Amino acid sequence: MSSEWPLWEVFVRGQHGLSHRHVGSLHAADAEAAIRNARDVYTRRNEGVSIWVVEASAIAASSPEEKGPLYEPANDKVYRHPTFYDIPDDVGAM
Amino acid sequence: MYAQMIKSTGKGVKALEDMDPQERAFQERIDAGGKIEPKDWMPEGYRKTLIRQIGQHAHSEIVGQLPEGNWITRAPTLQRKAILLAKVQDEAGHGLYLYCAAETLGVSRDQLTRDLLSGKMKYSSIFNYPTLTWADMGAVGWLVDGAAIMNQVPLQRTSYGPYARAMVRICKEESFHQRQGFDIMMKMAQGTKAQRHMAQDALNRFWYPSLMMFGPSDKDSVHSAQSMAWKIKMNTNDELRQKFVDQTVPQAEHLGLAIPDEALRWNDERGHYDFSEPDWSEFYEVLKGNGPCSAERMAARNKAWDDGAWVREGLLAHAEKKRARKLAAE
Ligand SMILES: [Fe+2]
Ligand SMILES: [Fe+2]
Repeated sequence: MSSEWPLWEVFVRGQHGLSHRHVGSLHAADAEAAIRNARDVYTRRNEGVSIWVVEASAIAASSPEEKGPLYEPANDKVYRHPTFYDIPDDVGAM
Repeated sequence: MYAQMIKSTGKGVKALEDMDPQERAFQERIDAGGKIEPKDWMPEGYRKTLIRQIGQHAHSEIVGQLPEGNWITRAPTLQRKAILLAKVQDEAGHGLYLYCAAETLGVSRDQLTRDLLSGKMKYSSIFNYPTLTWADMGAVGWLVDGAAIMNQVPLQRTSYGPYARAMVRICKEESFHQRQGFDIMMKMAQGTKAQRHMAQDALNRFWYPSLMMFGPSDKDSVHSAQSMAWKIKMNTNDELRQKFVDQTVPQAEHLGLAIPDEALRWNDERGHYDFSEPDWSEFYEVLKGNGPCSAERMAARNKAWDDGAWVREGLLAHAEKKRARKLAAE
């Protein structure tokens, strides 16, 4: 039998309150084993306090060809950034 | 290096003007320091060369566990044993990060494993040398991990995103490896006469094989030129070897050990050490599979794979049974 264990994407949340972050992937027979393996492969030095694993085949991703339609509309909306507005210095911190 | 003599397209570097628009956009993105990600278009040669390179690098991490694993049960103290165990476990991790990076290029893990076990894919020449004494654990950490770091630090900036990210993780862990090796060397070099002798002997045996890790001079190689244009190779082999020698000689002096090279001396004009080349015919023999431990290493990997088959199959069968039971209950 040569069927491979499925691939899992691993996400780890560090101790400082940031969201889970993708750290890599690994193969495991099921989710439980994937979490156990992720502990050994990706958190040997206190990198995290919480692990998510997701089967790689369950992830839907945007494709590079969509880059234009998806992200370009943001380019001409500079007014979404606070730096667009000139507030006089004597108004104080804002 | 951990990836030696990697062949690219073999055609030499194409000029931007000779590329079709797609390839040109790809090359310009790399030239501008951008990253290539798994779903992006890439030339077939880039994909294939990277699979060879990352795969060989991964195999080296995995096979590289064997010479050090050899001493885990015989480490001189419990602390040294715990340290060596942690170091070897890191190397297993490095192999896994790299296999995953290679898999994003469309090759399966099983395929990579099969190609290692059949001898079709190579691993670094350095792991075909024996580790005869405890001092070799010092020499391996200090010199072999030291040489690996020389190559891996610049690869953090390589053009292929998953490879670069794997390198960032690996580099974070490598300096522990080199330091624990140097720490062993210091202890031995400051120890009894017999210990000093062991330390010197380890350096004598690992010096030239470490220099070979960088591969033969590739100044005129079309493969290297292409890999450098693609930013999957960041420096020439000679550059890295020189850097390694310049860094290591003062460290050996600190230990009071002698580099086994009569021709080694500081060259004021060049601002570098002059040194003797390793015996490249030995390197080619080792690469062909005729190294002192080549057969042993391959036998060990094949045995581990075969012995583990029932575990892999059993866990998969168990997972499927659990899934079926859960479905039935719903
Ligand atoms: Fe490593
Ligand atoms: Fe290492």
